[in-house]
Amino acid sequence: MSKSDPNAPRRLALISSKGTLDWAYPPFILASAAGAMGWEVGIFFTFYGLTLLKSDLTASVSPLGNPAMPMKMPFGPEGFQNINWPMPNILMANVPGFESVATGLMKQTFKNKGVASIDELRDMCVELDVRMIGCQMTMDVFGFKREDFIKECEIGGAATFLEYAADADVQLFI
Amino acid sequence: MTDVIKEDQVLDCSGMLCPLPVVKTSKAMKELQSGQILKMVATDPGAPPDMEAWSRQTGNEMLRSMTEDGKFIFFLRKK
Repeated sequence: MSKSDPNAPRRLALISSKGTLDWAYPPFILASAAGAMGWEVGIFFTFYGLTLLKSDLTASVSPLGNPAMPMKMPFGPEGFQNINWPMPNILMANVPGFESVATGLMKQTFKNKGVASIDELRDMCVELDVRMIGCQMTMDVFGFKREDFIKECEIGGAATFLEYAADADVQLFI
Repeated sequence: MTDVIKEDQVLDCSGMLCPLPVVKTSKAMKELQSGQILKMVATDPGAPPDMEAWSRQTGNEMLRSMTEDGKFIFFLRKK
């Protein structure tokens, strides 16, 4: 479909360039919402964003070097859950496993609040026929193989994405 | 006094946050025939503006949008 067809559905073209848990949400939320509105959606996964296409999704998040990230506890009374725990860099950088603990707390908080997991959102995108393009160049640079990624994605380069984005109504770099 | 709308299907999205109410509604709508009515219930405060936008974008008419006991209730007619 191209813009020359007045009956063509709206189109959203996204670039997903970051692979941490916090940055994984925006592309999958926007893509699934747009798909649910009947839009055509394509996402180009490049650089660290490419890891979001791996069959084994391991997106994590760290408050280290991420000062705006709230550190919340997903259990206990509401007042306790609302506390934003101050975490000194020296502690975050030196305690082994801090990142996986922070990731676990974040995932639990999301779950408690009724937010879908990244796996669930990605499955919804697949179901809604969202076109997912993995960046060939990133694969070559980091030594990934086609079989590392979900079978529903395709592999392409900048030209593949640009041709798709040229006819899009909304284009975002995330 | 408002007319009673008789729904053909009910979808409960209570406790779900964005984008789940919109995605689940779209999925439920696919199961309905043209002209049939879906009643969707949500607790996400973002649902009222999002469902209005979804209705405009998809052409499925929002017959009524209301709040009852802290829940947001929408009646949508399939295009």
